[in-house]
Amino acid sequence: MPDLLIELFSEEIPARMQAGAREALKKLVTDGLVEAGLTYGGAGAFSTPRRLTLAIEDLSAASRPVSEERKGPRTDAPQAALDGFLRSTGLSIDQLEKRADKKAEVWFAVVKKPGRPASDIVAEVLESAIRTFPWPKSMRWGSGTLKWVRPLQSILCILSDESGASVVPLDVDGIPSGETTRGHRFMAPDSFTVTSFEDYAARLRRAKVMLDQAEREQAIAHGAKNLAFAAGLDVVEDKGLLTEIAGLVEWPVPLLGRIPEAFLGLPAEVLQTSMKEHQKFFSARNPKTGRIEGFITVANIETPDDGATILAGNLKVLTARLSDARFFWENDLRVAKAGMSEWAEGLTHVTFQSKLGSQSERIARIAALAREIAPLVGADPDQAEHAARLAKLDLRSAMVGEFPELQGVMGRYYALAAGESEAVANAARDHYSPLGPSDAVPTEPVSVAVALADKLDTLTGFWAIDEKPTGSKDPFALRRAALGVIRLVLGNGVGLKLLPILSGRIAAIRTPAALEAHNLNAPGDSNSYAPQVASDLLAFFHDRLKVFLKDQGIRHDVIDACLAMPGNDDLTLLVKRATALAETLKSDDGKNLLQGYKRANNILTQAEAKDGVEYSFGPDPKLAETEEERALFQALDQAEAKITPAMAKEDFATAMQAMAELRAPIDAFFTAVQINAENQIIRRNRLNLLHRIRAICSGTADLTKVEG
Amino acid sequence: MSQDSTNPGSTVPKSFQEIILRLQNYWADKGCAVLQPYDMEVGAGTFHPATTLRSLGSKPWAAAYVQPSRRPTDGRYGENPNRLQHYYQYQVIIKPSPPNLQELYLGSLRAIGIDLGLHDIRFVEDDWESPTLGAWGLGWEVWCDGMEVSQFTYFQQVGGHDCKPVSGELTYGLERLAMYVMNVSHVMDMPFNNPDAPIPLTYGDIFRQTEEEYSRHNFDGATTEMLFRHFEDAEAECQRLLDFPPADPKTGKTIIMAHPAYDQTIKASHLFNLLDARGVISVTERQAYIGRVRALAKKCADAFRQTEAGRDAAEAVPA
Repeated sequence: MPDLLIELFSEEIPARMQAGAREALKKLVTDGLVEAGLTYGGAGAFSTPRRLTLAIEDLSAASRPVSEERKGPRTDAPQAALDGFLRSTGLSIDQLEKRADKKAEVWFAVVKKPGRPASDIVAEVLESAIRTFPWPKSMRWGSGTLKWVRPLQSILCILSDESGASVVPLDVDGIPSGETTRGHRFMAPDSFTVTSFEDYAARLRRAKVMLDQAEREQAIAHGAKNLAFAAGLDVVEDKGLLTEIAGLVEWPVPLLGRIPEAFLGLPAEVLQTSMKEHQKFFSARNPKTGRIEGFITVANIETPDDGATILAGNLKVLTARLSDARFFWENDLRVAKAGMSEWAEGLTHVTFQSKLGSQSERIARIAALAREIAPLVGADPDQAEHAARLAKLDLRSAMVGEFPELQGVMGRYYALAAGESEAVANAARDHYSPLGPSDAVPTEPVSVAVALADKLDTLTGFWAIDEKPTGSKDPFALRRAALGVIRLVLGNGVGLKLLPILSGRIAAIRTPAALEAHNLNAPGDSNSYAPQVASDLLAFFHDRLKVFLKDQGIRHDVIDACLAMPGNDDLTLLVKRATALAETLKSDDGKNLLQGYKRANNILTQAEAKDGVEYSFGPDPKLAETEEERALFQALDQAEAKITPAMAKEDFATAMQAMAELRAPIDAFFTAVQINAENQIIRRNRLNLLHRIRAICSGTADLTKVEG
Repeated sequence: MSQDSTNPGSTVPKSFQEIILRLQNYWADKGCAVLQPYDMEVGAGTFHPATTLRSLGSKPWAAAYVQPSRRPTDGRYGENPNRLQHYYQYQVIIKPSPPNLQELYLGSLRAIGIDLGLHDIRFVEDDWESPTLGAWGLGWEVWCDGMEVSQFTYFQQVGGHDCKPVSGELTYGLERLAMYVMNVSHVMDMPFNNPDAPIPLTYGDIFRQTEEEYSRHNFDGATTEMLFRHFEDAEAECQRLLDFPPADPKTGKTIIMAHPAYDQTIKASHLFNLLDARGVISVTERQAYIGRVRALAKKCADAFRQTEAGRDAAEAVPA
């Protein structure tokens, strides 16, 4: 069984695309080989900035011959039909067989496909893989039409076994396959011949190329850690950066440098962001001072001066960058200490969204909303409003202009410099959260108020101008904003009735664009459509909530049953209800109660439809004829005594527990009692009794919506 | 990799102009036509018609040139060590892109005194796009010890036209590169001519005052009403020149005025940059202005494709 080695050697492949490319090459080639009838033992894909490699072990030397039987026309069919069959099979008439089929005699062809050597199949499969390769972005070069991520320079493709290696011949747009590759661009640029994967990997290593991304990552992590340790520092881990850097080098050489003293006063986030974004440096922290004091750069070359020139160059670039950063920081601090009014003024000229006005108009809306929400989250209204007014001012700072990802983080520093309280400063930092599913939810009351106000303003704003997410398009990240509200509310147990807030906010946006979006021209008429738009937005929240709760293991029908209840715009209440119902339905009593309830409800609904009346008159226990009937009356009384106060306290768990206890008496009642009794008075009384069951049970959720 | 015997290499240049001269010699030696700067205000070397227009059509092309470039918003009154509103780019454009373009490029670094065994040269993904030219390409920014020293691009589209064949474009930011090679920390301190010359001149001797003057002009001086008017004029003139019928009654020849029209596109683009520096273009208007310049660039590209220089070679035209 031969082994197959493929290397596609090109100009530098973007680091971010390498992992996907490894997988794609492996899949395209192995799928193709298997489809063509070959088998293989194992396959491994590798990448460096300049090569994409696939090694396949124990590939079958040839595909098996296959013979395929095909049924043709009847022997008495016209000549044209026979000719067509001969053409399609590539056989002559004397190679066909006559066989008796159900009614008539029919031509049969046995088409034999001989086995094909692996070499032929590999050549075909590889060419097709190259031509159809799913690069996220690809390009042409020179005069060719072939597309690759960057110019493809050579193709190595060999099959090797004990007797030696042979090139699989192929030619893709003038690039012939061969058995040679090259080493490191600067340290070992000459080409060399390889005979197997082991030989290839070993020679590459001698030619200063570490083939395996994982090995390079490890070498970088290990080297960086050692350098930092020797310097009395700790590397700040960054997995994303590590992966990226390992995709930029074939022979990683970590080098450690110290940040010049003059810049050590910069906030740690600024140092880290600048070094990472601009120069792909790891940060190194001094465990004693807690400050970022060093950096680790990873070179792609070993030099006679042990990297001294490279380090000096990098330090020089770093110094220029950090000089800029310090200039921004010092200027920003000056503005901050003066109360940040310059930034507030600046934001009046910055458009948030053309139809929703400027950033300062937006901030005014958020501030008003934060004040409204504050009491519900335990924050001081004045403080929440004030925090909201300051939270986004750092958008005008020079530092955030340079590093947009530092928005909020800088806001906190500047708010503190302006003499604001920790609570207000933290709101500047935290009000964007939670951003992703792994981002923590703010818990400080002022932060929660501003974070909620920020997101609710965004959502109501875009709903007001009718720019809602569609399909995969969500340019303003409104789904994330809605999920953010959900997590903020649930995470902090906030009791917040969304509808009046949403409606009020939507009505307050009276821009021409908003009025036009709802086909209204009269100013102020936003009041006429606001409730409807608000309930549409609430439905959007409910959709996001379903997705969120589904991830927590709560079924969609359980949520639907709770959504059908009044007060469903209070998400905390809604989730409490859904959680209790889901819990109840896990028990046997809960499941069976559901059946009993549905049975009662069905009989009652049918009777009401037939009789054209509603049986909501209180049933009379004196009319009870059987023991089971009397027991049910008693059980309902007892349950109600527990459920009513529990519901008043929104203690759904207790209420549903009490409800579930009705299961046995309800089951017994249905077994023993005929509802449609001859005696109309008895019948009516029993229907009214069913109504009591329905009334008691449906106080918690609309159980008709629960499946099962 | 074969060592390049044709370049002096290894020695560190003494002046800014020596770096330019070495690049000129290097690329002349590699067969490029060494052109002179385009005589108009442009934002980057790419705007030179030798790049934008000549990258269209199938005719082979190889040119190298210095292009003074203006970015009005980058003015810092000559105070910032690295930022200038007027600076020099070195531009190389070769069509079709040769298979050894990376090697040729690295040779040019060697030619200006960068020892490739001592420095860390990296090709870092950077997709290039010029919204004003309707152009894009894939390539890298080239890093030397963590500093971006060049932009390396394979043009895929210019003026809305697919580039067939593809041109390879190299852009060197000359001041930054020279400062790095000569280990200078402030651009104004960089020797422009030989520091041992009888009259040594630094970059600052030549440009400090003009950086001040133009910074004031760009941010506060330029008359915005006039700039807006000139923008409209350039836009209208570009269109008018392209609307002429191709047949010239005077000579009886087909003469499409693609280059004169393109000059108006360049003007419009620079006027827009000035207006931007004056801070009178809002975020939303910005996109609209860029779109207007792009529309002109596309029309010029369309027109150029009809001319002798921009047409596909006869054999490449399908019957």
